[in-house]
Amino acid sequence: MPHSPAVADAVRVSELAPHGTTIVAAGFPGGVAMAGDRRATMGNMIAQRDIEKVFATDEYSMIGIAGSAGIAVEMVRLFRVELEHYEKIEGAPLSLSGKANHLAAMVRGNLGMALQGLTVVPLFAGWDTQRELGRIFSYDPTGGRYEETAFHSVGSGSVFARGSLKKLYHEDLDETGCVTALVQSLYDAADDDSATGGPDLSRRIFPVVMVATADGVRRLPDSEVAAIVDQVVAGRMGRPDGPAAPLL
Amino acid sequence: MSMPMYVAPEQLMKDRADFARKGIARGRSVAVSRYADGIVFVAENRSTLHKISEVYDRIGFAAVGRYNEFEQLRVLGIRQADLRGYSYDRADVTGIGLANMYAQLLGSIFSSGGDKPYEVELAVAEVGDSPGADVIYRLSYDGSVTDEPTFAIMGGSAESVSKAIIPDWRPDLPLATAVKLLVKGLTPPADPAADTPAPVLAPEALEAAVLDRTRASHRKFRRLTAPVLAELLGSSS
Repeated sequence: MPHSPAVADAVRVSELAPHGTTIVAAGFPGGVAMAGDRRATMGNMIAQRDIEKVFATDEYSMIGIAGSAGIAVEMVRLFRVELEHYEKIEGAPLSLSGKANHLAAMVRGNLGMALQGLTVVPLFAGWDTQRELGRIFSYDPTGGRYEETAFHSVGSGSVFARGSLKKLYHEDLDETGCVTALVQSLYDAADDDSATGGPDLSRRIFPVVMVATADGVRRLPDSEVAAIVDQVVAGRMGRPDGPAAPLL
Repeated sequence: MSMPMYVAPEQLMKDRADFARKGIARGRSVAVSRYADGIVFVAENRSTLHKISEVYDRIGFAAVGRYNEFEQLRVLGIRQADLRGYSYDRADVTGIGLANMYAQLLGSIFSSGGDKPYEVELAVAEVGDSPGADVIYRLSYDGSVTDEPTFAIMGGSAESVSKAIIPDWRPDLPLATAVKLLVKGLTPPADPAADTPAPVLAPEALEAAVLDRTRASHRKFRRLTAPVLAELLGSSS
């Protein structure tokens, strides 16, 4: 047999249920943006073309999920209920750090499942109303919580997305510029990772993009994302690898 | 061996009701009313302890009486609503489900032998997609429920407040007019010895919220903060 039993089990688990793939997030002055591609895979099959993996968790925070879709969506649902429950009982929302810490405990709670191949890796971001800035938090499957500066990505295409953002991101980008950089990075992730879906121009399926600012979380309407995607794709027609960064 | 003293059940219930009513009458009133876009809650409340609260997406809660008792009921209601919404679906959480839970609880506390009855009156209101689907339930200390077709006033001076509101009340009042009417009703009457009318309650002395069906979010509950209230009370409409 080519595989050890453990490897064979892991392969079977990845074919058992849909997996979400790439999520990216980046900050800009006055807010933070998050985007996710729309593909879910089961092994080498495309399970869904229009899955949503970025959600608003409350008025000022949002979450993107990579990994086992069923468990991740359930975790998001419970997380949202718990944030809202706290807010209603106490009469005031949790601090952004409080939300991030609570999510860490939930991720750690899934460690047993993660060891069996059903991992959930969230990316959490939001507007901190006390410190008045956008913040990004990443997690590992053991519940480690890490605050990121500038930008971060999770999921199977994250290495390519992060490489792309390294070259494209500046901290003085405005909201539209920041979202454009995220869409470019998802395009690069889809270019090199078979589990990440690129913008589906014929079906008009575009990444889910959310922005958190002092006014709260807003999902960009499809028309706004489509305008940015069309510009990105038009640029790639001339230069398929995307915009070139200066050598020095 | 001593025998317990016999008390007629009628007398027992009457004593318990009188006890609860006395406790409720000590507090200031809360008004819950329909208006054009949903349901508005107004209370005279100078403290930071809330009498009005969000329970779920479309459901609000208001109470008068003993704070620790209605706070316990409020938390219980939120817990039941959140649990039901999580186990099934958000659409499965209804005002009537919550009102029934409170009615059962208050009823069994009132008629059980050992404990004292709760000194509270509650309102559970749910905003619908259209004005016809709005509901206001008023719950008494003994577990009785009333489906109020217009508005509900709870607390000590409920009757005089109702009397002040009825002449100008209509189901389709805009928010500013409805708030002004309720605040006018809640304002305590002037001291008969003084010759000036009582000053209308200031925004800082009020707690108010709405369940607004036109709100884009799935959570229709919104608190009316002091600046918003000041604008509503100051506007001429």
